[in-house]
Amino acid sequence: MARRKLVIPVVIGAGSFLGTILYRRRSTRSRTRLDVYFDDGSMVSLAAGSPDADRLMPHADDVLAAARAGV
Amino acid sequence: MDAAAAIAELRELSTQIESVVVAPREGAPIASSVPGDDALRMVESARALADGADQVRRDLGRDALAQLQAATPDGSVFVVVDDQRMAVATTGADPTVGLVFYDLKTLLRQLAQDDGGDDIGEGGGGGDDGAA
Repeated sequence: MARRKLVIPVVIGAGSFLGTILYRRRSTRSRTRLDVYFDDGSMVSLAAGSPDADRLMPHADDVLAAARAGV
Repeated sequence: MDAAAAIAELRELSTQIESVVVAPREGAPIASSVPGDDALRMVESARALADGADQVRRDLGRDALAQLQAATPDGSVFVVVDDQRMAVATTGADPTVGLVFYDLKTLLRQLAQDDGGDDIGEGGGGGDDGAA
């Protein structure tokens, strides 16, 4: 009985921790994107995980790093 | 108004823009709010970003590239281009996108009106800290 009292909070705690990690990972992914606007007013949004975004976003990280190094 | 003065004015007006660089479509920065080497790195990386976006545009058969925003959890990169120049700015996370684009377009328009596009060397050439 005492062991069961201990296991239930541990399982709940581990589940919460895992859920938090998954939520944060998903949230970070959804906030990473490249929005490209054209002269005709149209726009394309490249989400993280797409081949084009994954190829181009490192350049954006480089811009941010250079900007922060210079501040 | 030269490029350095335009950048200084932009920095005063915008609370969201953390750093900004203006450069010709090819070549070194004209003016910048960050020191020379970092401004050059910003421009080179932003140019690679814009070139990659232009490749996407060609693949999709769209009109010319006008502007882009690369959003990350740490901050955003904005690039606005016109016929002769590009303006690159960084912000924190979750900026007011429309305002930042408006400010950068206004910056490029001011420079285009200034002297027809030949103000290199007047704005802290080579990426000097124009806003300092």
